[in-house]
Amino acid sequence: MTEPIVTFKDVHKSFGDVDVLKGIDLEIKPAEKVAVIGPSGSGKTTIIRMLMTLEQPTSGDIFVGDQNLWKMEKNGEFVAANEKHLREVRGDIGMVFQHFNLFPHMTILENCMTAPIHVKKEAKKVARQRSIEMLEKVGLGDKLDNYPSQLSGGQKQRVAMARALVMRPKVMLFDEVTSALDPELVGEVLEVIRDIAKEGEMAMILVTHEMDFALDVADKVLFLDEGVIAEQGSASEVIEHSKNERLQSFLHRFRS
Amino acid sequence: MENWSWDVFLDAFPIVLQGLGITIGLTLTCYLFALIFGFVWIFLRRVPFKPLNWIVTWIMEFIRSTPPLVQLFFIYYAWPMVPGIGMTLSPFTSAVLGLGIHFSTYIGEVYRSGIDGVDKGQWEAARALNYPTGKKWTKIILPQAIPPTIPMLGNYLIIMFKEVPLASTIGVVGILHMANSYGSQYWTYLEPLTIVAILFLVLSYPSAILINKLERKMNRRFDKKEALKSSEGAIT
Repeated sequence: MTEPIVTFKDVHKSFGDVDVLKGIDLEIKPAEKVAVIGPSGSGKTTIIRMLMTLEQPTSGDIFVGDQNLWKMEKNGEFVAANEKHLREVRGDIGMVFQHFNLFPHMTILENCMTAPIHVKKEAKKVARQRSIEMLEKVGLGDKLDNYPSQLSGGQKQRVAMARALVMRPKVMLFDEVTSALDPELVGEVLEVIRDIAKEGEMAMILVTHEMDFALDVADKVLFLDEGVIAEQGSASEVIEHSKNERLQSFLHRFRS
Repeated sequence: MENWSWDVFLDAFPIVLQGLGITIGLTLTCYLFALIFGFVWIFLRRVPFKPLNWIVTWIMEFIRSTPPLVQLFFIYYAWPMVPGIGMTLSPFTSAVLGLGIHFSTYIGEVYRSGIDGVDKGQWEAARALNYPTGKKWTKIILPQAIPPTIPMLGNYLIIMFKEVPLASTIGVVGILHMANSYGSQYWTYLEPLTIVAILFLVLSYPSAILINKLERKMNRRFDKKEALKSSEGAIT
């Protein structure tokens, strides 16, 4: 029995009066690929944003490995984590954003190199070499010295993936990474994610609206509805054979 | 123009010019001080401790709402009489402190507008890549926040240059001071003060052009579209 790399225990999140997540329990094993689907406003993105420490849960616990992400032990008691603790625990997590969030003042090679150098204290030469390899892998080996503004949306998103991958996360989060792309550019991005998924050892959580893609890549699919996980199982169980009516109508709207 | 004498003009010119080094030196020193101190304000306002933030905001407001001349007089004449912490400062040092602190509050606002112009996604990306706080500022946020504010920072340099003659009131021997003493000595103010005006024009105008050039250069180095977008955001 392998220990989970990510665990959610009764996690709630509200924004003001709005309860977005009403008790999420979740375990993700190392190397597991999980797709999170559901109507907009169901809290899909909030789940991964809490894991990336971009939002703080209102209650409940999130563990990365056996470490509590948002709480730390102090004099035998658990208190709210400080920045140092958050930095230690989230080091194994990487994220790709819907709107890329590339650094506009750096070339794409610098975009990839900067974190290994300044966060992981890698030698510049090593970071450069690894970044070039990663950018070649996502098919952008000929654009190293270009600035993000000179790239298409699909290319930007591939840079963003290389930038996250070069940090060697154990868990990679994808936040609707194709939603901001022109339809003809979606394919090239999904292709790269597929390749990454095949390599195996990294766990992935994909918030997505691409049902066929989820079916293809994910080991497990979560259907999130009104702040709870309404359905979960293997991709074919959830997407093709579920009896859940709300899930059926959600899928129907998507495929029509 | 029967009062105008080219002889007086030529006589006064080298004398007034003697003050130019002081005027320029004081401008640059004040400016450097304001650029650095502007960051201090920003830092104090971002310390996660609300009462401190309020106090700092209030102090900045106070400094901005008081005339720089009053501040200069206070530092030069009143400060030495403050029990305990008071001390006598040279005119130059008083001017650097007075004008520097006064303008640092404006410079701080300029920095803030630049920082606010940085997209929220950039902060999130820095967090997702696990940047420590210091590096996040020096490598990600400030390199994007500062270039769009360079035209505004440049304008403040020119504004400060034009405010520096205030220091002559506490005895800093810049060009205005030289012109005034020439005037009182020979009872002729027209020529020396005209020289002062010409010197200011000759220095301000090329500086404005230079700053314009610098702005374009920074934009080229930076991502053009992004820079334009955020500088618009920063100015409005």
